[in-house]
Amino acid sequence: MNNLLISSSPHIWRGLSTNKIMYLVVVALLFPTGAGIYFFGYHAIWIIVSSVITAVVTELVIKKLRRKKFVMDGSAVITGLLFALILPPRIPIWMVVVGSVFCIAVAKEAFGGLGYNIFNPALAGRAFMTVCFPGEMTTWILPSFFGSDAVTGATPLGESFTWEMDKLTLYKNLFIGNRAGSLGETSVMLILIGAILLLAFKVIDWRIPVFYLGTVALGSFLLGEDVIFQLLAGGLMLGAFFMATDYVTSPVTANGRIVFGVGAGLLTVAIRYFGAMPEGVCFSILLMNAFTPLIDRYIKPKPYGYVRMRKKEVKAGQS
Amino acid sequence: MDESRNTVIRKRSVFKGVKLSESKLTADKPIESLPLPEKIILPLQQHIGAPCSSIVNRGDYVLTGQKVADVGSFVSSPIHSSISGKVVSEVKIINPVTSNPVDALVIESDGEDKWIDLDSLINPQKEHKPSDLISLIDSLVPKDMITRIREAGIVGLGGATFPTHVKLSPPPGKKIDTFILNGCECEPYITSDHRIMLEYTLEVVLGAYIIGRILMPEKMFVAIEDNKEDAIKEIDSFIKGTNLENKFQIVSLKSRYPMGAEKTLVKTIVGREVPIGGLPLDVGVVVNNVGTSKAVYEAVVEGKPLVEKVITVTGAVNDPKNLTVRIGTPLRDLIDYCGGSDEKANTVITGGPMMGISISDIDFPVIKGTNCVLVKKGSPASDENCIRCSRCVSVCPMNLMPLMFVRGVRSGMYEVCKEHYIEDCIECGCCAYVCPANIPIVSYIKVGKSKI
Repeated sequence: MNNLLISSSPHIWRGLSTNKIMYLVVVALLFPTGAGIYFFGYHAIWIIVSSVITAVVTELVIKKLRRKKFVMDGSAVITGLLFALILPPRIPIWMVVVGSVFCIAVAKEAFGGLGYNIFNPALAGRAFMTVCFPGEMTTWILPSFFGSDAVTGATPLGESFTWEMDKLTLYKNLFIGNRAGSLGETSVMLILIGAILLLAFKVIDWRIPVFYLGTVALGSFLLGEDVIFQLLAGGLMLGAFFMATDYVTSPVTANGRIVFGVGAGLLTVAIRYFGAMPEGVCFSILLMNAFTPLIDRYIKPKPYGYVRMRKKEVKAGQS
Repeated sequence: MDESRNTVIRKRSVFKGVKLSESKLTADKPIESLPLPEKIILPLQQHIGAPCSSIVNRGDYVLTGQKVADVGSFVSSPIHSSISGKVVSEVKIINPVTSNPVDALVIESDGEDKWIDLDSLINPQKEHKPSDLISLIDSLVPKDMITRIREAGIVGLGGATFPTHVKLSPPPGKKIDTFILNGCECEPYITSDHRIMLEYTLEVVLGAYIIGRILMPEKMFVAIEDNKEDAIKEIDSFIKGTNLENKFQIVSLKSRYPMGAEKTLVKTIVGREVPIGGLPLDVGVVVNNVGTSKAVYEAVVEGKPLVEKVITVTGAVNDPKNLTVRIGTPLRDLIDYCGGSDEKANTVITGGPMMGISISDIDFPVIKGTNCVLVKKGSPASDENCIRCSRCVSVCPMNLMPLMFVRGVRSGMYEVCKEHYIEDCIECGCCAYVCPANIPIVSYIKVGKSKI
């Protein structure tokens, strides 16, 4: 009993580490990833692999340059994977590499690394790509599966999208993921399976996705849009469960998260209905990311024993 | 008689907190007496308030229970020798709580354990009926009882070590309408209060009765977590057997950490929040631990000063036990008596795993605030980046945002800590317990508090 360890209380720890949380998210993401590969074939695999490897290597290099310890905490894997899932399925690999470097180097490490970034790195990467490669970022194909030739087609939210069959078949195709769109955003079914996993393990809070989706549903209803279609189409499901719930870039309080969800929902509806772009999930979450510090500042839980000071007392205290 | 009054009422927590695994290894082990130590080390400050100065000299022979240190200040508590023997030296030891050096007396035992003449109000040789003891207490004057409590050196034995006579003398104008006897013992591993309630039921309940006579509250509650059903039954049947059921209301609380903390307990039982920076008496409530209540009974009725207390020795020791230990006994004696520790163990904690303090030297003595000695294998916190997962926010029983304290201290912007009410923090450790980045949040908070 010599050399006793001196440590601060508490002396027990629940043991759910950052690492475990990150890899749980990776496991949940494997469901939409699988859907992307199934619907869009070999090229999807290359996009995913190159994006993840680039993200991890970029992080490693930057940590070396900053002379900081590199920890394989899984956060770079998530960023790389999420970034791949929101790219068009036929984008050239070199563009994927450029975007993935941007995600880690600019959107994450330039702000100080894990925990300090203001914007969700994967979404920031997508916004960057939309500006740099507008053509490639809006070239969509219908599901090609393995081997068959790619046929370009409009995404459901696109202006040129047409549908001749009944609505139920449309909903079914959107739910399963049999439609044009970004690599991992199409299959609502598999996104929901991953989301249920995260909710069951309490990795994510239900408030952001529920209020986000609820606001979009209500807003679409009020604007006379097809509510079910609006919920199933575009990147809303992937965004609501996997992007908007990013710990680092969303508020920390329960009420703050409600505000965040509602705000993202309003912006999404506004961009979709009034904006020049067909889809608004990416930019609405990025905008709400910017509001997060403000939300955290003004929406705080009321501390135990808080006594509201009357104006007179405040004045008396200052003078 | 109203039947509903004597049934136990059940309550759930009204704060966030965490559910911990109990690890109460010694819940079924009766209290044993640790053999007399060969020497004791008595720090001259074992309470919150003014430190005492020694009133004995080197070479003096002292008896068990003899007062050896005192000070004139009201907020303080005297210290008594817990063995008979010779005062051999006065040394300085490091107080592990404050990290400041404090004076301490070293007394060597003569092995006789000769006691001072106790100023007892009853004949200790005889059996006394509880009803006789109650009428004896009824005949005492509150002021005299407070004096006897002060002279016996009684402080809050739950760990806070606030002098009990001060707590029982609320300033004029503060009306106390509720007294809560705290038998929650919400920390994992510790079972000393549990065993005290089972084996010293009379002392515990009558001690609370004495406190009730002093404070004259409208309501008295006995708060016990529902993982100690046997203690609830024991106290319930004692209260019924002595017709005290119109005085006490037993509350069985759904176990959740930190139920036993004063602020959370007051909120759960009477629904009031102690104002930030205030004390329970600001909302008309006094809370005392069951160990303190036992000591109050022994001081008032038997005239016995606080020289021993029940301590759980647990964790990675070969034979975990509940022990009655003389104050001042080196922790080494306790660990040795429990068969020594596991080879891999590298941490010795006084108190529970959530709020206890890791000590650097096992020759440090048992003090009045010690209720548990936990030996375990520990590892330093890895202190990674905060990922803002907000788990700390969702468990904080005080409704605070602990991540902001970490941010404030790491960046040196201590005003951030103040803006987020750092002084309201009770350092229960829930935040650090759940933190995925394993940040020693409580340690940051202690720094933050010292800077504002």
